[in-house]
Amino acid sequence: MIETFYDVLRRQGVTRRSFLKFCSLTATSLGLGTAAVPKIANALETKPRTPVLWLHGLECTCCSESFIRSAHPLAKDVVLSMLSLDYDDTLMAAAGHQAEAIFEEIMTKYKGNYILAVEGNPPLNEDGMYCIHGGKPFIDKLKYVAKDAKAVIAWGACASWGCVQAAKPNPTQATPIHKVITDKPIVKVPGCPPIPEVMTGVVTYMLTFDRIPQLDRQGRPKMFYGQRIHDKCYRRPHFDAGQFVEEWDDEGARRGYCLYKMGCKGPTTYNACSTVRWNEGVSFPIQSGHGCIGCSEDGFWDKGSFYDRVTDIKQFGIESNADKVGGTVAGVAGAAVAAHAAVTALKRARHQPDAKNQHGEG
Amino acid sequence: MAYETQGFNLDNSGKRVVVDPVTRIEGHMRVEVNLDENNIIRNAVSTGTMWRGLEVILKGRDPRDAWAFTERICGVCTGTHALTSVRAVEDALGIQIPENANSIRNIMQLTLQVHDHLVHFYHLHALDWVDVVSALSADPKATSALAQSISSWPNSSPGYFRDVQNRLKKFVESGQLGPFMNGYWGSPAYKLPPEANLMAVTHYLEALDFQKEIVKIHTIFGGKNPHPNWLVGGVPCAINLDDVGAVGAINIERLNMVGKIINDSIEFINKVYLPDLLAIASFYKDWTYGGGLSSQAVMSYGDIPENANDHSAANLLLPRGAIINGDLSKVHEVDLKDPEQIQEFVTHSWYSYADETKGLHPFDGVTQPNFTLGAKTKGTKTNIEAIDEEGKYSWIKAPRWRGNAMEVGPLARYIIGYAQNKPEFKEPVEKVLTDLGLPLPALFSTLGRTAARGLEAQWAADKLKHFYDKLIANCKAGDTATANVDKWEPSRWPKECQGAGFTEAPRGALAHWIKIKDGKIDNYQAVVPTTWNGSPRDHKGQIGAFEASLMNTPLVKADEPLEILRTLHSFDPCLACSTHVMSADGVEMSKVQVR
Repeated sequence: MIETFYDVLRRQGVTRRSFLKFCSLTATSLGLGTAAVPKIANALETKPRTPVLWLHGLECTCCSESFIRSAHPLAKDVVLSMLSLDYDDTLMAAAGHQAEAIFEEIMTKYKGNYILAVEGNPPLNEDGMYCIHGGKPFIDKLKYVAKDAKAVIAWGACASWGCVQAAKPNPTQATPIHKVITDKPIVKVPGCPPIPEVMTGVVTYMLTFDRIPQLDRQGRPKMFYGQRIHDKCYRRPHFDAGQFVEEWDDEGARRGYCLYKMGCKGPTTYNACSTVRWNEGVSFPIQSGHGCIGCSEDGFWDKGSFYDRVTDIKQFGIESNADKVGGTVAGVAGAAVAAHAAVTALKRARHQPDAKNQHGEG
Repeated sequence: MAYETQGFNLDNSGKRVVVDPVTRIEGHMRVEVNLDENNIIRNAVSTGTMWRGLEVILKGRDPRDAWAFTERICGVCTGTHALTSVRAVEDALGIQIPENANSIRNIMQLTLQVHDHLVHFYHLHALDWVDVVSALSADPKATSALAQSISSWPNSSPGYFRDVQNRLKKFVESGQLGPFMNGYWGSPAYKLPPEANLMAVTHYLEALDFQKEIVKIHTIFGGKNPHPNWLVGGVPCAINLDDVGAVGAINIERLNMVGKIINDSIEFINKVYLPDLLAIASFYKDWTYGGGLSSQAVMSYGDIPENANDHSAANLLLPRGAIINGDLSKVHEVDLKDPEQIQEFVTHSWYSYADETKGLHPFDGVTQPNFTLGAKTKGTKTNIEAIDEEGKYSWIKAPRWRGNAMEVGPLARYIIGYAQNKPEFKEPVEKVLTDLGLPLPALFSTLGRTAARGLEAQWAADKLKHFYDKLIANCKAGDTATANVDKWEPSRWPKECQGAGFTEAPRGALAHWIKIKDGKIDNYQAVVPTTWNGSPRDHKGQIGAFEASLMNTPLVKADEPLEILRTLHSFDPCLACSTHVMSADGVEMSKVQVR
């Protein structure tokens, strides 16, 4: 007999009143109206804690670290009360064959009813042996566990796009998971790492509503990846007013001017950094003085230096949505690589001589 | 096969036990041991089981971007590679950073030390000592009495512990054990009484809540955590104390937040982490295993420069030096640029050199993958049942200091500080030993490694306060500079140059070596802590620190690797760090391996 989420809460001494309050908070944190509260409550009352099997391929574990930074909900509550994190190399007590045995048990007992969460990606070169798990290529394990999963979450830039190990020339042929798992719904949660509350938001959405969130054409949840950082950046008025940081620690930097000229990739990056912000809303890269490096975008390592100015910004109207621009970027990125460096150099040449005197002028 | 090395008698004739995956670490790792008839480990083989090839990827890129690439070597010790990288680039280009940038970087690095050590102790290591299931049978009153006897931490009432216990009970009774599934609960290797187990499990959960607060210091100065932003020439965050820019520069509100987090961290470490550590240690005093190389060969590069731009040992608050042959009376100088000192060997690593009996200094290193298995391997290339350690067997290279396998990390730093008679390191060590009633040799053990990490967390938290005060004093004196942009533009760089940068990462000595040519990275090399600790055998058959530490340890149950995990975890292994390592001049790696 599998216990429901509600059963577990009740047995933990949570009253029905607190339970409903929790549901209402969940609705609020997901940006939903009060009409969603009974729906959430009903979902939680009738569902067991969904098992999550969290695999690690080639990665740096920044996604796991980000996940445990979540403030609402707390990582503790996610793990103890919302889902059942039955396999995760980073946190699990068991190792070796006791760890391996968990796959068999969960995959049999919850066939078609568990979530596979993937951090990192499989390398395909050397028969997959650049990432070995239990003596075998990681890719074998990945495909094996994906087989009976209900849905798959691609955590971070590694699983979604390939990230740093897939940057040119990608010596291990590190490959994003949607290229090797083709028969399951995959929710991409890109970023290096993704924002903590975006990670827990995505997984609790799936548990709460028993469906995957609405995705854009590239497979990312619209609710978090539907807008560019630039669209909602609090420094946007400085961009519009032509007030830019011209060099590090100049007067413009001290006044919080726009970082566009320092290479900020906010204009071409879809993520929630300028709205949700980081670590309980304390800050986000631009607020702390460095341009966005575009870490949630496909191939962000190979788009020139992080300090090169974005040159294709004019193609994007503010109204443009992720689908349209996603397509545009894909088309432009390849063709414009060669032109990019030249254009940047030209722009530099144009701006440099009077750069010192420009800031603060508006 | 049996032979003697570094004072250990290796014998792989007994029963072979394989642990793969080794969990609660960063990255992927396998370990195999041979047990004698008494279940004592007589041979140990540690294998790094991943390689990402960042070296190839960095070549030809802008050196000012290298921090972001190398930061992604590890998301657990996030930021330390980035700091090492900007130091390497600044060393190569001769860039001096402002005093505030030095203070802020130290605050970032110390924040990482505090965070990383805390998370390691509770979330990666504690379950090797703490039996979660035993906590269910604890009397909350006894737990409360225990907690109040060792600390004034306010969350210590019987009701508080009862609530946690009830939550845990329901969790376990649900049958869905999550991360505690298939653990080694009930093993006689666990020594804590139920009330201590309940206290530790409660603090496991509290520490999980608290760790997310510590990293907000990274968020303030670097915009996010994990993976905050860094800058060649200084730090990206500007300071603006009086003018507009309240949201966009460091001002009194931001500084206040940093100050509060520092104070809270000091409190948590002093009242939760250290009392727990000592309480747990007191039940394991008889478990003296895991010393490995620590009593023989340890090394530290030093870190935390008091003043900006001076990387001499005298200006570094964490000690620098090397001890070999167990001679604590002599601490050797360590020079990252001396080709005779640090060398990497690949005889038993999945790489090839022209001459594998020789090591290469990182400036001239070669990283050419060569995945081959020894003749006695059991299984196939893609289904390894047992490794053959006489052949190549790891994605980790074997670095050596003047030919010696070395241990690095908090214990190494404390041993060196102790040997140098630095009171900041010697006195706390002596106090812990006295409190537990243990002699000095007890330091050279798994428990010693774990204790040194706790002491270092406390040290780092105190130093956070020091650099916070220093930053404020400097601002008060009128200096608010955070970046030096004199050499920002590549047009102002020499045509060719090279440099080395170093830090003491939470896990130990970390260095990057860079060669820059025509404004681009010509070669980039990193030798990281787990490359040292997780090193496989070298051409002489010398074993690495992980392998040495497992030797002669008895297992209570041959099929439960609890003692193996305990000792390996005491190093806080970081495998993504150790196995990416870097390439050579003129070697076209991509052609070698990309199909």
